[in-house]
Amino acid sequence: MSDEKITPAASVGASTKESMAGNEIGRRGFFKWLSLGWLAFAGATGGFFTVCIRFLFPNVLFEPPQTLKIGFPDDYATNSVDIRYKKSFNVWIVRDEESIFALSTVCTHLGCTPNWLATEAKFKCPCHGSGFRMTGIHFEGPAPRPLERYKISLANDGQILVDKTKSFKWEKGEWENPESFLKV
Amino acid sequence: MAKDDKKQSFLERMGDSQVWKSIIRSGVPRTRRQRMHAILGSVFLHLHPARLPKHAVKVGYTWCMGGLSFFLFVVLTITGILLMFYYRPTVEYAYTDIIDLTEQVPLGIMRELHRWAAHAMVLVVWLHMLRVFMTGSYKPPREFNWGVGVLLMTMTMFLSFTGYLLPWDQLAIWAVTVGTNMARAHPFIGHEGPGASLLAIGDINLVHMGSDVRFALLGGRFVGEATLLRFYVLHCIAVPFIMMIFLAIHFWRIRKDGGISGPL
Repeated sequence: MSDEKITPAASVGASTKESMAGNEIGRRGFFKWLSLGWLAFAGATGGFFTVCIRFLFPNVLFEPPQTLKIGFPDDYATNSVDIRYKKSFNVWIVRDEESIFALSTVCTHLGCTPNWLATEAKFKCPCHGSGFRMTGIHFEGPAPRPLERYKISLANDGQILVDKTKSFKWEKGEWENPESFLKV
Repeated sequence: MAKDDKKQSFLERMGDSQVWKSIIRSGVPRTRRQRMHAILGSVFLHLHPARLPKHAVKVGYTWCMGGLSFFLFVVLTITGILLMFYYRPTVEYAYTDIIDLTEQVPLGIMRELHRWAAHAMVLVVWLHMLRVFMTGSYKPPREFNWGVGVLLMTMTMFLSFTGYLLPWDQLAIWAVTVGTNMARAHPFIGHEGPGASLLAIGDINLVHMGSDVRFALLGGRFVGEATLLRFYVLHCIAVPFIMMIFLAIHFWRIRKDGGISGPL
């Protein structure tokens, strides 16, 4: 039993010796192939992990749309607050003397949804009583900063386009940004 | 030798049987050396010290916090696997499945066990860290194991965080919304973080809301269906898998670094 095991092992050793004699790999050649092998291995591993990272970033999102066309500027009367998109899209469309802008319906205190009280011309939060002017500026209650505004622009067909992926904060001076309002 | 004895004890007969020897790899240990060999010959037992020094069982010194952490990890694994038989990580079913687990499934306490064990584990892991720090047990040669322990603690917190989303109630959704907002501020790879605006070609930002680290974590721009599935996989498979590897290293290193530290 043990003899049989030794015999093939010995023959393998002999055959490599024979091939070495015919096609000898020197020290330099050995290191060349070794480093080439390691480089190939490192490259393949690195490539695989890169692909793994890329795999985590989806190409198609199954999210509710973040942009919405809300009709033409003339649909909105001067000095009015439009509450049509409050429930479906979480924005108020406000038009004052010179501009139209999209206000976020998220209270800046703890995230409740205020109500527009037309008779008192203010947004009033039912949770803790924060109050905001028509412009979104806070003036009463615990809210620490004004409501945020979303990016608003005119689409090619003349309709107003609201983009919720970009918001503008008053306290950072971002309401000066021309993307945050629509001149009318 | 056994022939001389009139009667072998049941334990001795069992220890000499082929079934026992094939599983345990040694007979019933009779000497110190054999006992040591029995410990070292088992993949599970060899993570544990072969011999315990007397001071290792002083609860006043160790608080047994490391052992309790592992115990809670085992409890969480068992109850967690059981919960997986009923819970479906979809927006449609997640919330109602949790209600179902508490109210209709036999032993509704299973979900509470998982929840309470999770809270306890966070607490116990912190106390374990406090004990190791206060007794100076992080010093050489144990400094590497302290590092492994910090990784394990981070994974405990991350397991706690990912599990928090799974009930899919308002608390969970908003807590994770706020929690993952921190990733926005990560340097370079978070779109609101320092340096992110430098990574741009012309006026095209490479790191934006749809390509930063938070996006990869959530599987989208907001906490939604994709996030629930992602957190479920992280919570049930990915993190526990990595954690078990580091747990094995942690236990093995205690033994290799000269056993559990004791009073000087």
